[in-house]
Amino acid sequence: MHKLLASAYKEFLILSRDIGGLAVLFLMPLLLVITITLIQDGTFKSIKQNKIPIILVDKDKGEVAQNILKNLKSSNMFALTEQSSEKLVQELIQNGKYQLGIVIPENLSKDLNQKVAENVDGILAQFGAIEDTVPRKPTLLETKVVKLYFDPATQFSFRNSIKSGIDQMVSKIETQTIYKAFQEQITDDPSENIFETESFITFKEIIPNAGEKALIPNSTQHNIPAWTLFAIFFIILPLSINMVNEKNQGTFIRLRTHPVSYATVLGGKAIVFLSVALIQFALMLLVGIYLFPVLGLPQLDVVGKLPLLFIVAFFAGLAAVGLGLLLGTIAKSQEQSAPFGATFVVILAAIGGVWVPVFAMPKFMQALSNLSPMNWGLNAFYDVFLRNVGFVELLPEISLLLLFFVLTTAVAIVYYNRKNEV
Amino acid sequence: MGIQGAMIQINHLSKKYKGAENFSVSKLDLTINEGEIFGLLGPNGAGKTTLISMLSSLLRPTSGSFTICGLNYKDHQKEIKQLIGSVPQEYALYPSLTALENLMYFGSMYGIHKYDLKNNIQGHLETLGLSEFANKKINTFSGGMKRRINLIAGILHSPKVLFLDEPTVGVDVQSRNVIIEHLKQLNAQGTTIIYTSHHLNEAEEFCTRVAIIDYGAIVCEGEPKKLIAAHHHALHLEDIFLEKTGKALRDYA
Repeated sequence: MHKLLASAYKEFLILSRDIGGLAVLFLMPLLLVITITLIQDGTFKSIKQNKIPIILVDKDKGEVAQNILKNLKSSNMFALTEQSSEKLVQELIQNGKYQLGIVIPENLSKDLNQKVAENVDGILAQFGAIEDTVPRKPTLLETKVVKLYFDPATQFSFRNSIKSGIDQMVSKIETQTIYKAFQEQITDDPSENIFETESFITFKEIIPNAGEKALIPNSTQHNIPAWTLFAIFFIILPLSINMVNEKNQGTFIRLRTHPVSYATVLGGKAIVFLSVALIQFALMLLVGIYLFPVLGLPQLDVVGKLPLLFIVAFFAGLAAVGLGLLLGTIAKSQEQSAPFGATFVVILAAIGGVWVPVFAMPKFMQALSNLSPMNWGLNAFYDVFLRNVGFVELLPEISLLLLFFVLTTAVAIVYYNRKNEV
Repeated sequence: MGIQGAMIQINHLSKKYKGAENFSVSKLDLTINEGEIFGLLGPNGAGKTTLISMLSSLLRPTSGSFTICGLNYKDHQKEIKQLIGSVPQEYALYPSLTALENLMYFGSMYGIHKYDLKNNIQGHLETLGLSEFANKKINTFSGGMKRRINLIAGILHSPKVLFLDEPTVGVDVQSRNVIIEHLKQLNAQGTTIIYTSHHLNEAEEFCTRVAIIDYGAIVCEGEPKKLIAAHHHALHLEDIFLEKTGKALRDYA
């Protein structure tokens, strides 16, 4: 115990003397979580406030095109510019001047009205609702294509959401045209309201909650756990670099002539770096609680959750420390440990669901995700933050994190002892 | 201190590094008695550091065996580590820690109680002229000061056997003198010393017995004065050294 505490004290001294390193260790994760949350929280706002520049060519000049224009303007999402040449639109989009170009085809209104009228006539004739028993002969009309030109640099997810929005808008216009055609056939009074044209089915977002308090997850409650975990795992970098430094300084070699086990040496490092991880976590929470509201971001809600949050952070920190100890034991130089450590943490974060939700991943990656300690930690944090669970429900995840620490540390000790066996 | 029974008994000890063509230490037999100051001399790559590394538990021998204080190295590693002290050629200190912090840490690793350790450190710092620098960081020290701290780190637990790998390399005459005097004092208190050096004059004056090693084997061994007397043309150890190891350069990559 005396040797373990002396080792921990030595690590504390070394770390406390490296002011630059400490600043990086504590400030960078804070900067990361603030930046990411500002970006994610601001995305929706910026779409509303900073309108997306789009360009439109109206070859139809009819009622449908007017409807599309009206809907686009009322959405408040777009800064609309009209243009007459489709070729010019292509050029402007290609050059990145506009993110989206819409080309409404010729005769869209006329052909749509005609098509709908023919269909309505046909249906009403079938039911004998109109006197003219000889149905109109269907005209052969080509399917109309509303062309959407996207800036090649536009992200796939943005492109998809815009496409589905426009698709929804066009469908609505088509439906209203059908209603209108029926109305015209059934009554001569345009003011008579036969059909309710508003959507019958609407959506309501409901977050199920087990407790008394309603839980509305926001960008803060999603980002703090994810990026805190990311920062905690980044501790493997300074930890492994610290160990490589000891190898280069010769202090590790000197210690091998001392009656002290490698486990004790690692234990001292684990105590200090785990403390660093917990301080990092506490700072992240403070930022979420006090700084985020000042920056106009949603406040982090930790009421009644602090003990469980720190339990999860403790075990996540242990897992990160175990990985750092293993990397530091195996790496021979900083050139090996630093790039590998950084890349590996990013990979663990990616497969752990920090960026893309696990359910949205391909099947193989979903299976792989179950092996990422960051995934276990993230699930545990979400359990506490968003699902209001108790300690018992956290047991599977924190047990996995503990097991990961035990395994990585054991491998580090066995590797070291085998390599230095006398 | 008078020379008594065998402190280190080496039997047919060999070491061949992975991928190397030749043995660095080859079937070496040697007995070092309690109370001796034993000098391992030899050109670069002769096997001195390899031998001392095996004896101080840093390297695994390819074959052969040795005992320290009658304890076999394979079965009693922990006990042997408590009995020996090791002063490596590199400084092997934490640059951002002070001299006192470094020594407190390395002393703690021998399980010495904090109070005893502090007294012990203060005594050594005083003898080696470093008391006023106890609370200065190692990265502000000169080479000679670092060498002296490096030495103290290896003797805090008053070892029975002390291994020193070139303890005076790269230091000025004053520092060297202080180090050698301190080592003599330790020896007088009962520590058996095994040391390697390229300073043959220093070894001639300091050691009770020396062995000249070349290509992993002992080519000459004995008390310095007796060795010189036995070689008619030799005035100093250096003459014997050159006679036994030749004048060709020994550079190894």
